[in-house]
Amino acid sequence: MSRPIVIENASLYGDTTATILVEDGVITAVGATVDAPDDAVVVDATGLIALPGLVDIHTHLREPGREDAETIETGSRSAAIGGFTAVHAMANTTPVADTAGVVEQVWSRGKEIGLVDVYPVGAVTVGLDGTQLSEMGAMAHSKARVRIFSDDGKCVHDPVIMRRALEYAKTFDGVISQHAQDPRLTEGSQMHEGEVSAELGLAGWPAVAEESIIARDVLLAGHVGSRLNVCHLSTAGSVEIVRWAKSRGVDVTAEVMPHHLLLTDESVRGYNARFKVNPPLRTQADVDAVRAGLADGTIDVVATDHAPHPDEDKDCEWAAAAMGMIGLETAVGIVQKTMVDTGALTWRDVARVMSEAPARIGRVEDEHGRPIAVGEPAHLTLIDPADPWTVDPSASASRSNNSPFGGIELPGRAVATFLRGVPTHLSPRFEGAFA
Amino acid sequence: MRHLLSAKDLSRDDAILILDTAAQMAATQEREVRKLPTLRGKTVVNLFFEDSTRTRISFEAAAKRLSADVINFSAKGSSVSKGESLKDTALTLQAMGADAVVVRHWASGAASRLATSGWMHGSVLNAGDGTHQHPTQALLDAFTMRKHLVTDPLGNDLAGLTVAIVGDVLHSRVARSNVQLLHTLGATVVLVAPPTLVPIGIDPWPCDVVHTLDQALDAYDIDALMMLRVQRERMTGGGAAFFPSPEEYSRIYGLDGARMRRLPDHAIIMHPGPMNRGLEISAEAADSPRSVIVEQVANGVAVRMAALYLLLAGEEGAA
Repeated sequence: MSRPIVIENASLYGDTTATILVEDGVITAVGATVDAPDDAVVVDATGLIALPGLVDIHTHLREPGREDAETIETGSRSAAIGGFTAVHAMANTTPVADTAGVVEQVWSRGKEIGLVDVYPVGAVTVGLDGTQLSEMGAMAHSKARVRIFSDDGKCVHDPVIMRRALEYAKTFDGVISQHAQDPRLTEGSQMHEGEVSAELGLAGWPAVAEESIIARDVLLAGHVGSRLNVCHLSTAGSVEIVRWAKSRGVDVTAEVMPHHLLLTDESVRGYNARFKVNPPLRTQADVDAVRAGLADGTIDVVATDHAPHPDEDKDCEWAAAAMGMIGLETAVGIVQKTMVDTGALTWRDVARVMSEAPARIGRVEDEHGRPIAVGEPAHLTLIDPADPWTVDPSASASRSNNSPFGGIELPGRAVATFLRGVPTHLSPRFEGAFA
Repeated sequence: MRHLLSAKDLSRDDAILILDTAAQMAATQEREVRKLPTLRGKTVVNLFFEDSTRTRISFEAAAKRLSADVINFSAKGSSVSKGESLKDTALTLQAMGADAVVVRHWASGAASRLATSGWMHGSVLNAGDGTHQHPTQALLDAFTMRKHLVTDPLGNDLAGLTVAIVGDVLHSRVARSNVQLLHTLGATVVLVAPPTLVPIGIDPWPCDVVHTLDQALDAYDIDALMMLRVQRERMTGGGAAFFPSPEEYSRIYGLDGARMRRLPDHAIIMHPGPMNRGLEISAEAADSPRSVIVEQVANGVAVRMAALYLLLAGEEGAA
């Protein structure tokens, strides 16, 4: 039995100040004063925001296959540092997570490491090649209990395959999480198609290649009455389409990534491939639109699309470089900078978009994204909103350091993370208490 | 000036200095002994990741006439084809003590990466990076225009001239470089291309855009008409479909004798080479007295001598 933990004077959801008692992995008391056992570890949370543990529905852990970029262990550690207690590991591994065997391997390795709950995402199609449905049922009924299916990295572009996937996933309350990218409109694409691509001579990735797939998919989801999740929505037009679909009652949810909340295609001007990502960094008008969409609830979730790549895949010509950015450790700081400190979201809203809604989409809401209340599992994140820090990618716990945020100052960060009452991340200020 | 990466980096004064220096270099090329001792002891590497015999020998001639040691490094590989990476190539050149690297690469931004990644310390001279920039081409074009169209070339820019550039603007580093440099030098630039070959996002470019060559000939008093090379196979095959057929392209955008005769008498005809005779330009136009296409090649050597000189000898104050 671990010692009880008493988290004193935390600001719950940024609203009310209270003390939280955690015993045996469960919250056993919440209140202005709490009767803590004598042997309890005391965590002084004065000035800190307490949120339910963060949940990422879009993480690349790279294992199996690309352990040079990330492993389930290093990715889990990075997630815990970022304040996450659950991550959904994307299916584009080698081999692809398109069978019960692979998803169970990922799931059990995550459990063995125990730093976050790792929920595997299953591939929609065999080998992500968009032609034959994978055995979604087997993955759903495996120990990994897969509920999110995605060919992320590739788009399920064949409308018939997409329709069947949406319909079939209803069998086990699954969701198809679509990487919306028309493949023909993006052959060889290198960056957002616009004024910057015109000048830099890099092949354009037009907004319409994302928007046309989202438009088709919301119509399909509405037609067959299925759940659709839109991965990494990045354009103003996509926000409009999702808003329209929701107004028509389509069961659609959408993600936005921290980098699309902060950065624009102007960053590409130096040809530094750390800014190469898919979908690409868009314009300021798009950044403004996705922020507004997140603020008004059109966009449900902030997910990271944490995508580790080794140096050699980034330290090269732009066209030769891999697409993707790491982002677990910087996510909450960027959300604070772009949404909370600007007044667009409250911390209670952050709990919704980074914990409750993602848990619901992944159908893990019985375990994660729970209220901070008596009887609930003690998945908790303490955030210091007044702890400015400068991002140093080489200091990341990820095996890779391909962050686009190096040198940027963020206003706050997660300073402690608890998974079932066990600290999985403690900033140095708390290490003494648990020694 | 430490590197020459983009025409955009050049101020009007920079550009005029290069053109004036090129004029001096060109004058030396009329002498019996054409070799100058200026860059003796300096090493210039021609690093070519893309085949371009014309550009390579132009730079090679320029460096040799300035007495530099020249190393030609043809690196077909790339990080894509699993050859040596750009970084390792750069480290190798650094170890060999290259004072300047002239780089031609299929990837936009490759020259900028070489110059700014800290892999090597020498000057980088961009000899064409993907569909981005080819600054010495724009400089040699400006030099050629100034020589033919400006009464008193030395010290002067191209104010008042109108230049039309016809063809595949989307994939053209020549067009990108020329639009920026010609604008800096005060010329009016008109791009002529089918909408499929005009980049989305062109609005801020300091130029006009029209969609047929006849329209350009009607609407502008053109002083210089520059025809761009069309990559025949790339344009219509493989589902790229930039235009329906080479024949249709030739009908709407090709420069034939009839269109040539609609130009003002003093107007010159240019082409960066290599030409597709019968596609973007007819033999009648290419071989006419108005054509300065062969002279562009000679001017290329003088301009590249000037660029190498200003990059490598400039800091020592010799003028």
